[in-house]
Amino acid sequence: MKIKITGLVVGAVAVLAANAASAGTLENVKQKGFLQCGSNTSLAGFGLPDAQGNWTGLDVDYCRAIAAAIFGDGTKVKFTPLAAKDRFTALQSGEVDVLVRNTTWTISRDTTNGATFQAVNYYDGQGFIVRKSLNVKSALELNGATICVQQGTTTELNLTDYFRANKITYKPVVFAGSDETTKAYDSGRCDAFTTDASGLFAERLKMSKPEDNVVLPEIISKEPLGPAVRQGDEKWTKIVMWTHYAMLTAEELGVTKANVDEMLKSTNPDVKRLLGTEGKFGEGLGLTNDWAYKIIKAVGNYGEAFERNVGQGSQLKIARGINALWSKGGLQYAPPIR
Amino acid sequence: MTMTAPLNSPQVSYVRTASAEALPPPTKTSGAAAWIRDNLFSSVGNTLLTLIGIALAYVVLSAIIPFMFTNATFTGANRDACIATANRPVIGACWAYVATYMNYFVYGSYPIDQRWRVDILYAMFVFGATWMLWLDAPKRGLGALFFFVILPVSAFFLLHGLPAIGLETVTTERWGGMLVTFIVAIVGIVVSLPFGILLALGRRSNLPIVKMFCVLFIEFVRGVPLITVLFAANFMLPLFLPPEWNPDRLLRALVAVALFSSAYMAEVVRAGLQALPKGQYEGADAMGLSYWQGMRLIILPQALKATLPNIVNSNVALFKDTTLVSTVGIFDFVTALQASFKNPEWATSVTSTTGLLFAASFYFVCCFGMSKYANFIEKRLAKADKR
Amino acid sequence: MTNMTVGDKPKISPFYDPKVRGLFFQVLMLALVALGVFIAYRNAVEGLRRQGVVSSLGFWDSVAGFPISFKLIPFTELSTYGTAFWVGLINTLFVSAIGIVLATILGFIIGVARLSTNWLVSKLAYWYVQIIRNIPLLIQLILIADILQHLPNTNELKENSLGIYLSNKGLFTPQPDFLGGSQYIFYALLAGLALFIAVYYWAKDRQTKTGQQTPLLPIFLGLVFGLPLVAFFATGMPVQMQYPVKTRFGFQGDATLQLEFVAALVGLVVYTAAFIAEVVRAGIISVSKGQTEAAGALGLSPSQSLKLVIVPQAMRVILPPLTNQYLNLTKNSTLASVIAFPELVQVFTGTVLNQTNQAIPIMGVTMLVYLTISLITSFLMNNFNKRMALRER
Repeated sequence: MKIKITGLVVGAVAVLAANAASAGTLENVKQKGFLQCGSNTSLAGFGLPDAQGNWTGLDVDYCRAIAAAIFGDGTKVKFTPLAAKDRFTALQSGEVDVLVRNTTWTISRDTTNGATFQAVNYYDGQGFIVRKSLNVKSALELNGATICVQQGTTTELNLTDYFRANKITYKPVVFAGSDETTKAYDSGRCDAFTTDASGLFAERLKMSKPEDNVVLPEIISKEPLGPAVRQGDEKWTKIVMWTHYAMLTAEELGVTKANVDEMLKSTNPDVKRLLGTEGKFGEGLGLTNDWAYKIIKAVGNYGEAFERNVGQGSQLKIARGINALWSKGGLQYAPPIR
Repeated sequence: MTMTAPLNSPQVSYVRTASAEALPPPTKTSGAAAWIRDNLFSSVGNTLLTLIGIALAYVVLSAIIPFMFTNATFTGANRDACIATANRPVIGACWAYVATYMNYFVYGSYPIDQRWRVDILYAMFVFGATWMLWLDAPKRGLGALFFFVILPVSAFFLLHGLPAIGLETVTTERWGGMLVTFIVAIVGIVVSLPFGILLALGRRSNLPIVKMFCVLFIEFVRGVPLITVLFAANFMLPLFLPPEWNPDRLLRALVAVALFSSAYMAEVVRAGLQALPKGQYEGADAMGLSYWQGMRLIILPQALKATLPNIVNSNVALFKDTTLVSTVGIFDFVTALQASFKNPEWATSVTSTTGLLFAASFYFVCCFGMSKYANFIEKRLAKADKR
Repeated sequence: MTNMTVGDKPKISPFYDPKVRGLFFQVLMLALVALGVFIAYRNAVEGLRRQGVVSSLGFWDSVAGFPISFKLIPFTELSTYGTAFWVGLINTLFVSAIGIVLATILGFIIGVARLSTNWLVSKLAYWYVQIIRNIPLLIQLILIADILQHLPNTNELKENSLGIYLSNKGLFTPQPDFLGGSQYIFYALLAGLALFIAVYYWAKDRQTKTGQQTPLLPIFLGLVFGLPLVAFFATGMPVQMQYPVKTRFGFQGDATLQLEFVAALVGLVVYTAAFIAEVVRAGIISVSKGQTEAAGALGLSPSQSLKLVIVPQAMRVILPPLTNQYLNLTKNSTLASVIAFPELVQVFTGTVLNQTNQAIPIMGVTMLVYLTISLITSFLMNNFNKRMALRER
């Protein structure tokens, strides 16, 4: 019996274990036949599974775009829901190939935490939500307030810095999961709840009376959210980075999911280079030359993904703001594809 | 102690010097009135206790019963059914929400068209458990083989899938709810019993190195909280294993729970081994049996039988401990429950309380059943030993 | 096997020699364990190198940069990670110590109630134990926190003259503000305690000599409460009560009892008391019925026989499993991290681990802390047990 059970355990280990990166991540992903993507456990607009396990969100679409660039099929991706505190360990251990989990790009994460950031798919900032009945108009009025915050995030540190800088105090209540944090705020345990502004809009939807809560105007931090990969794999880093830039360039050039097939016939040299009808840029990345075509075919351009998941086409109704293209007054700027 | 005075001398203050007054004859000793008087109002103190008891019971029940039953909402399509209105100012439990979420609690996000696989597994489990627990069932050895070997293997292929025979693969991220709770519990039980026995034997072994390792392992694991073992497995196991193994998240939690429960099981089994008279060990030696023969044929059957109630109780503790896997992001029943609190369709002030009361009842039914079973065996064994 | 004379060494292959086999298996086990440890070590070193992470406790003296809501030693966002560790550890010990005292009291009451001749009382105790023991502590803690969160909001509360407010942020009461001269009250308390201990031993001595009992309760109250009270008035009432001042966000200052602390404490006490009750019941049952009858024959009342005859004997059986329950309570206090009580696991393996990303040293230190607590407790208990053990004549 002992031997049988040991054998069983070993067998289960062998079957459950996925082949992780030791050579190049790209080769590994190709060999596995799918992309393993670290995502949020449940954040509307960014990464949220429904009861049937179908994932939606801006980050999720990013993962699909990478999968499409590699396989030409946006469905060849599997998601690993990660809590804030587990995400870097999961990336380091090779459990996920790429971490697209509304993760803030900071210097310590980009260096000592063993991750590499290259692109920003959402420029965010930390904000506060309070109950309307408190009649608070600004975060500076929150002196002495009890504030709910999620553990293991840059949010926790920004909050401290902001109150220290403004010489006001607060009482923290720190939860490990986002569900508990929102619930505690909603029940009245805390006067305010703080997280990235996009998250505030998402969490407000889940409160028992969304209309009774108001997001304060202050944005107290810079939160450039982007995909992270393991350090030391140049090739893979570039694929992840250029996936984002391809989506941006597509928006700039007006290439959409709907018209991408038509655009193949375009005479515009920029469009031709993007869609691979001219030049061999895809091969340079270790992919095929129609890599960007496949991305756009699968998830559309950046603007489409934005509107569908967090913008006007979603429940969140977040305006483009600083996430608009540079040509429209925003910060999203793609290096040229040439 | 020195005795200076004889007991009947007046200097010994704790001995009466005069006879006590005779007590009045007993009153009626049978019938309902007598029972109530004897058991509830036999003295002033007792009467007081009874009144306190009634008050306590009233306070608790008057809070729970209206919330759970009389004020509760049993049907409804969304949260509107469970929100206080002018007509219903007091709102009790929102059972309609539990009913809506029942499938999610039982299966997690396992693909809907594949849930029959989970149902088959549940049926197999009930079958195997009944076979094991029914002491007079035929061929219980075969039952053990079924429960400890066939069930785990087929469960793995049934749930994870075997594309070769047309069962599509369902990755562990899709497993969830009570399914995962039961998987963690069953893996814990199936692994901890044999490993616990080995560890217990190792701890009583004459071989110093074997003994040392077993003692170190058992004492280390019993000295730290399960939550830290789970954290360590989650954070550190991937580091210690070759990177290409990359154990699945669920597997890491399973390893942690299995190791943890093995150490506790080892102590339960050790108690059983120690309770066995020395003559049994000597008898086995005298028969010329080897160590393993003696253990298998003489010692373990007796030791395990005597300690069976404790093994069941240890499994109750394990079943309760499975809730902790939710702290490392495993999608068990507790996680499913907490995820359900956040659905805007059902967000009301009573949703979370209702869900938690439902969870408490679920665990109570499972654990109370198991402990009652342990009691039953205990009584039966006591009867058998009485001859 | 025939004709074997005494003194003949039977020829057995070394494979069947128990000594050789034992040695073989031990060496094998040692080798396997060493191999396993070596491989794990190599993988960890390799993995950390690949990730560019240097594993060390070097972060210990760095500034933490986050505040902790519940603390017994000074801690601000400018304190170090090391201080955060101590705050967490002290919170763990604090909630465990108070939990142990309360759970023991409640557990003994329920354990004795379980054996009460009063049918209602024993049934109530029985169902308390059954219900509490068969529901996971985690669920109970979350449920208690959930129920407490349903307490009224601070802004819904009307101000009252007592200054006591029970809200979903915790319990707010008037808090004493010690002015100059109040140290004498503290000295009086110490003196009262010392005096009472002296009186206690004198009374015990007197009882063994003469059989006379001394009413200790009024003496206790007089010395431990009366003496400080006298000092309080003598020094001109140097203690002022600070009434909670209502602000826009509840009340000024910290709650007397923070919500998470209360939830953690109640959960741990209620849960552990059910187990202690069973330990106490088993202990009392283990005292043979003859002892109760003998006590009765001596004319002791039921409560006297419980106090003087049954419990002292039952304690021998009760103590080892009781210590076990104390350890369980301490280990279970880690679950309070789930309901946001900042104990060791929440602060250290939660926030600190997330900020520093040093999984190995942090998990190592945390496990070592609990291991040390366990080992010290079992060491003390073993010594105590030896002293308590029945000395057979």
